[in-house]
Amino acid sequence: MLSYFIRRILYLVPILIGIALITFLLFRVVGGDPVDRVAGRYATEEQKEELRVQLGFDRPLWPQPGRLLAGDLDGFARNQLFGHFASTFTFRFGRSEQYRRSISEMIRSGAGPSLSLTVPAFIIGLFLQITIAMLCAFRRNSRFDRTVVVLSVLGISVPYLALIIFGQAYLAGRWGLFPIYGYPERFGFSVVRYVALPVLLGVAAGLGAGVRFYRTVILDETRADYVRTARAKGVGEGGVMFGHVLKNALIPIITQVVVVIPFLFLGSLLLERFFSIPGLGFMLVDAVAGADWPVINALTFVGAVIYLGALLVTDLLYALVDPRVTLK
Amino acid sequence: MTAPEKSRNYWLSAGREVLRRPRAAVSLAVILFYLAVALWGFTGWKTPDWETENFEMAYRPPSRAHPFGTDIYGRDVLAKTVYGTRVAVSVALTASVLALVIGLVLGLLAGYFGGWIDDLITWLFSTLQSIPYILLILAFAFVLQDRTFTLFGAEFRIRGINAVSLALGLTGWVGLCRLIRGEAIKHREREYVLAARALGSSPGRLIVRQILPNVVHLAVITFSLGFVSYIHAEVILSFLGLGVKHVPSWGVMIDDAKLELFRGVWWQLAAATAAIFFISLTLHIFGDAVRDGLDPRLRGERR
Repeated sequence: MLSYFIRRILYLVPILIGIALITFLLFRVVGGDPVDRVAGRYATEEQKEELRVQLGFDRPLWPQPGRLLAGDLDGFARNQLFGHFASTFTFRFGRSEQYRRSISEMIRSGAGPSLSLTVPAFIIGLFLQITIAMLCAFRRNSRFDRTVVVLSVLGISVPYLALIIFGQAYLAGRWGLFPIYGYPERFGFSVVRYVALPVLLGVAAGLGAGVRFYRTVILDETRADYVRTARAKGVGEGGVMFGHVLKNALIPIITQVVVVIPFLFLGSLLLERFFSIPGLGFMLVDAVAGADWPVINALTFVGAVIYLGALLVTDLLYALVDPRVTLK
Repeated sequence: MTAPEKSRNYWLSAGREVLRRPRAAVSLAVILFYLAVALWGFTGWKTPDWETENFEMAYRPPSRAHPFGTDIYGRDVLAKTVYGTRVAVSVALTASVLALVIGLVLGLLAGYFGGWIDDLITWLFSTLQSIPYILLILAFAFVLQDRTFTLFGAEFRIRGINAVSLALGLTGWVGLCRLIRGEAIKHREREYVLAARALGSSPGRLIVRQILPNVVHLAVITFSLGFVSYIHAEVILSFLGLGVKHVPSWGVMIDDAKLELFRGVWWQLAAATAAIFFISLTLHIFGDAVRDGLDPRLRGERR
């Protein structure tokens, strides 16, 4: 187990390098020199040059093999690729071009509001999805099952943005059931009041797709041979569903849960923007609007690291729930 | 090898199976209608005029002359919806085909061969997948916007909407690839594949004849769901200011509605939402029917 764990962590190294390479290609090679953008209209050429040196854009993009052959190790190391890798892997992302604020600080202050929205939405959503899917599989082809299937397909077909706009304009605006937008200055119980509607909309948006997916997964399992065997030896329907089917359906369920995690990010992006929740999604929309590349670069890498952590947990869970997965 | 046995054609009988269901047949008709509207948009022959502005006619509710009402510039919302169909269908179709081909080929190769091929492909999709989806699309769309590429001596310029479809396609194959790879690994060790291998099937034949039919229903479901999700993604990219510019799209129409709705102007939101809703709905129903028809295990089962 331990050796598997260590190898699994070592396996992350090439992926982290891959991500740093992609962000380098996007934000340094393609994005190009930001100095004219950052320095402002009234900066002199000298100030610009100073800033360029400070941000490392005066260096060549790629390592120069010629320097290495000439024995100039420092000159070889002075390039944007190495600089990008060094700052990325030490999480030193610099400052936002728009706000001049430290990006690490911005991410730290944005994480709380984001999680206060996505965690409840995710947990409530997942619980409802699996419960309804199990009920459907339990009473498949009943009127209940057929109604749920129809409703979930109708639900998926509603565009997310339209749902948010409608919810905000009617549930909050017209009928005044919720605050239209906002977020308390200090984290406390009053947060519940403000995230209630976004959470509700997030859950509603994901419900159809989730129920549909888990119902298919569970029904696929009910056709497996071991289910027939269990029935043949006289296990009751409840025992079959919870003791056998749910256990085996856990693998696709866990896979799906991890696949959904990046979509939490996407979801909170829109919800945070519409409801003025000062989280990471809000920050990202703001950065996109202002072409604030360092912020997008930082969020890409941090988001990827969080995702890889989740993936690591998943793989360990696979090993725990499925004895057939051997750790070698 | 044994002589080929004359049997029912798999795809033909699957097609019959699908069209026997009235819901699937109706859905197919609606999908074809959308495709026809999109094609009509491309020909430009007597397409409704969405460009004429008439400020005296701004924000008129649905009427006989304007069945879906007018927008802030007095432009006909129905004409904008028709134009939006062309945008949505071309984005979704390009992205789906691209994602399907890449995902299926790489997934099968990785799952069947294992070894360094699997390592390389897994590295590629793990790297792409670990970047949050929306950031990846954003980054690709930005990078591909207004670039010129030289391919086989010909120059290609990627403009607005093509950047979006390319970004969606080049990032969208990851989920399918992962899924197909997992299934291929599962099937690789099954008895029927081992038996075919023992009979001397080549790897190519094994993949195409033995494993592919057992995973193709996943590709079909992913295609129909992917198509829908690209239509929805176009809405979100438009909201972020990355979609089409200066021409109508369903996304831009919904985006406009965020201010209109507070003023009681609901028809533009309703028109775009309805357009997305019905294509999503019918694609889902049709995708389900195709899955039931294609999955040999479900044949003859009434669901």
